[in-house]
Amino acid sequence: MSERARLLIELADDELILGWRDSEWTGIAPFLEEDVAFSSIAQNEIGHARALYELAARDLGTDADALAFDRAPAEYRCAPLVQLRLVPDWARTIARHVLYETADAIRIAHLKESDDAELAGLAGKIEREEVYHRLHAEMWLDRLGAEERVREAVDELWPLALGILDAELRPALAERLGRPEVEAVERAAPGAEFAELWNEMTMVRRSAPVGAQW
Amino acid sequence: MALSHKVTEAAVWDALAEIPDPEIPVISLVDLGVVKNVAVEGDRVRIAFTPTFMGCPALETMKRELERAVEAIGGEPEVDVVLDNSWSTDKITAAGREKLREAGFAPPAPRAAGPTTLVQLQSKAFRCPYCNSNETRLENIFGPTPCRSVRYCDGCRQPFEQFKTI
Repeated sequence: MSERARLLIELADDELILGWRDSEWTGIAPFLEEDVAFSSIAQNEIGHARALYELAARDLGTDADALAFDRAPAEYRCAPLVQLRLVPDWARTIARHVLYETADAIRIAHLKESDDAELAGLAGKIEREEVYHRLHAEMWLDRLGAEERVREAVDELWPLALGILDAELRPALAERLGRPEVEAVERAAPGAEFAELWNEMTMVRRSAPVGAQW
Repeated sequence: MALSHKVTEAAVWDALAEIPDPEIPVISLVDLGVVKNVAVEGDRVRIAFTPTFMGCPALETMKRELERAVEAIGGEPEVDVVLDNSWSTDKITAAGREKLREAGFAPPAPRAAGPTTLVQLQSKAFRCPYCNSNETRLENIFGPTPCRSVRYCDGCRQPFEQFKTI
């Protein structure tokens, strides 16, 4: 697999799985506005995943749905941070939201500067939407950042947040959040918690009759 | 099929201008600025189309409608979905913005030089599409579709939807 395809798949897997996890708040968030917010963020992230998979699929001679849904659980490359099932823990959800969006901003800004015009263009388009995710995260950090449960959750998830980024981009994340760079939890074959999500996520696709057109 | 006339670029643009946005039907796809380019070669019509928000579920519908509109004037459509950074809410035409306002959607604010900030969203820079008051406040950055926020007007005491600036 080319370096470009690797990058696209990692990014797409992160966005797809986080989108799926965010959507778990639909209907059960602490209040209605957050039902709407997390559902909308989830929709955006899955939209980004789709575009990234489409680009990767062209390089790899397959299609976006096959990449999103036809791989075995062990083949997914999403970072451990996005795999965690956090409902009904709002403090950890907000901590992940802040950490992920901050890391993602650094990654997207880096891609925007890429020599690969297609990648840079797509990153630019994604960034337009991500601005609103960061504002939402910032608003919640203002509200809850001083709470002990949120501070503990940020401490707990920090090594996982570093694992979102390639090693050379990690110092920028540490600097932006004013935290020491520690050993990152790296991408690896996903575990049991992911397998459960995978099962739910691919169920419709796996049960569809051969040749079904959606 | 024998065609008595040739398909022209102008005829294609006219046909596309009739296609309503599937989610906000008061505005056409051309008003929305998502049709990036039209190229005609004989009967073949190539359309470059950029989606607004990437998770928009109306994407496939829009693509089909573009194809149908070309077929209706006797062209053979080929719609390319272009995922580049060229579309922003500044591409919505002046007529399109007015149609949005009339339908109760506050049109997007023009893009500023820097990225949007929370302070800007919470400011009184947004006008109510019903009563034109700027005594409005942010209720939710997110709304019923990816392209909209929800605001509340203290002037006429109504919530309204604000097209996000992207």
